[in-house]
Amino acid sequence: MKAQGKAHKYGDNIDTDIIIPARYLNTADSRELAAHCMEPVDEDFFEKVQKGDIMVGGLNFGCGSSREHAPIAIKACGVSCVIAKSFARIFYRNAINIGLAILECPQAAEAIADGDEVAVDFESGIITDLTKGEQYKAMPFPEFIDNIIKKGGLLNSIK
Amino acid sequence: MGMTMTQKILADHAGLAAVRAGQLIEARLDLVLGNDITSPVAINEFEKAGFDSVFDKAKIALVMDHFTPNKDIKAAQQCKQTRTFARRFDIDNYFDVGNVGIEHALLPEQGLVAAGDCVIGADSHTCTYGALGAFSTGVGSTDMAAGMATGKAWFKVPAAIRVELKGRLNEYVSGKDVILHLIGLIGVDGALYKSLEFTGEGLSSLSMDDRLCIANMAIEAGAKNGIFMVDEITRKYMDGRVKRPYKVFAPDEDAEYERTVTIDLSALRPTVAFPHLPENTRTIDEVGEVKIDQVVIGSCTNGRLEDMKAAAEILKGKKVARDVRCIIIPATQQIYKDCIRAGYIDIFIDAGCAVSTPTCGPCLGGYMGILAEHERCVATTNRNFIGRMGHNLSEIYLANPAVAAASAITGRITDPKEVM
Repeated sequence: MKAQGKAHKYGDNIDTDIIIPARYLNTADSRELAAHCMEPVDEDFFEKVQKGDIMVGGLNFGCGSSREHAPIAIKACGVSCVIAKSFARIFYRNAINIGLAILECPQAAEAIADGDEVAVDFESGIITDLTKGEQYKAMPFPEFIDNIIKKGGLLNSIK
Repeated sequence: MGMTMTQKILADHAGLAAVRAGQLIEARLDLVLGNDITSPVAINEFEKAGFDSVFDKAKIALVMDHFTPNKDIKAAQQCKQTRTFARRFDIDNYFDVGNVGIEHALLPEQGLVAAGDCVIGADSHTCTYGALGAFSTGVGSTDMAAGMATGKAWFKVPAAIRVELKGRLNEYVSGKDVILHLIGLIGVDGALYKSLEFTGEGLSSLSMDDRLCIANMAIEAGAKNGIFMVDEITRKYMDGRVKRPYKVFAPDEDAEYERTVTIDLSALRPTVAFPHLPENTRTIDEVGEVKIDQVVIGSCTNGRLEDMKAAAEILKGKKVARDVRCIIIPATQQIYKDCIRAGYIDIFIDAGCAVSTPTCGPCLGGYMGILAEHERCVATTNRNFIGRMGHNLSEIYLANPAVAAASAITGRITDPKEVM
């Protein structure tokens, strides 16, 4: 599986209240959630994001609440992949469980600039910044987690 | 190599003699928790996957606490969906308006969680029950759905940080200051993927309310769980509440800890976390002049009886400053009743505070105390993220209930000693 798109870059500790403020959690509708994704720090995100685009974060991406609405909102915006220096553990788990691709790669997360065109090869873990002409390699998933991803999420893997 | 408390509980629930950090295991669950925000997503997934039974109707808790009493039509729909699910599967522990409390105050109070348990909850502050010596951690809705169906969850066995407590807390210093101090020390990702294990002679001076508050905010340091050694204080709290046998796990003498952080409780001062991260801590003497518009005293962090008592002692015979709204929310119906009996509610209302039925409402910016642009709030809650309590340009300062109450009186962040 491959993905390619424009990078939307954010800093460290992007919390789930930024990804989707709790005032919008009175619905589980992914399209409604998507419309408010990243609103507190990037009000026009939903208007400017294109299908396939890539979100880039710093350390502890997705910290805070356990709301699965956060990866759901990101995925419903059309984001193909989140690359970060590190992920908060509940967000990490939720992303795997719902099938939002995430890659831990401190070098890529540091180097990629906002607006760069980025390609990702999920099999090899190779991240290419096409704007800069540079390549990085993400941490591979443990086999157990890779299996959940390949089966299309947690519930498909335990049925 | 020996095991930590967390590792021992996970080994026990995985049916293994021993586990080590990094190992992936499947563990049996003693309780699966969800609330009115996370349960609907779990129920959708549960139904989509075609499950037609739950693993144990007595080991699921559905607590309608976040946007209740229903803040709007959509919130009402979410509760209705969860209530329908609860009735369909005859879930024993379904809590709704009238008997509901804030989940992490309610479940320990009702004896539904106990030492040695393995608990998951679709709420990040599920780590609270570590105060009782349980392994308890927050997960998302899909994990909750899988847990309700199978009674199991997968975990990566965490490494651990030991927090060695010594000394005793001074007046107007509480569990909140211990955990804010620790987060200030190690950072919001200082315990990422790890356990925080609290031990040491200082434990004997910490009440259950202090411990529940400390374990509650383990997630604010990125921790997978926070857990306390079980002692006489824990046993006394559980006895009479917990109606089933429980198991106490102590760490092995040669348990492996990545590091040990020592905290001298007697050296702590009231601590305030400045916007917009819980790690931005300052002691009360370093705060300076910070004018405020609102105070919130409550939440799963600080809505327990001792918190109400601390606030009442400060507010007794005083008035909330003009142009400050002070909102007080006892976390459960029992705590509310105890506050009435102790005269705290009279004190709060006479001081000019608003007192509410239990709800998470303002803590996460749901309702019941939303902030306008540039407004500042001192809150006894757990997160001061951008826009958490309202407008993106509002600010939250996290503090203990005594500091919050003192600040309500003066209209600026205040050391309780100043008003007493």
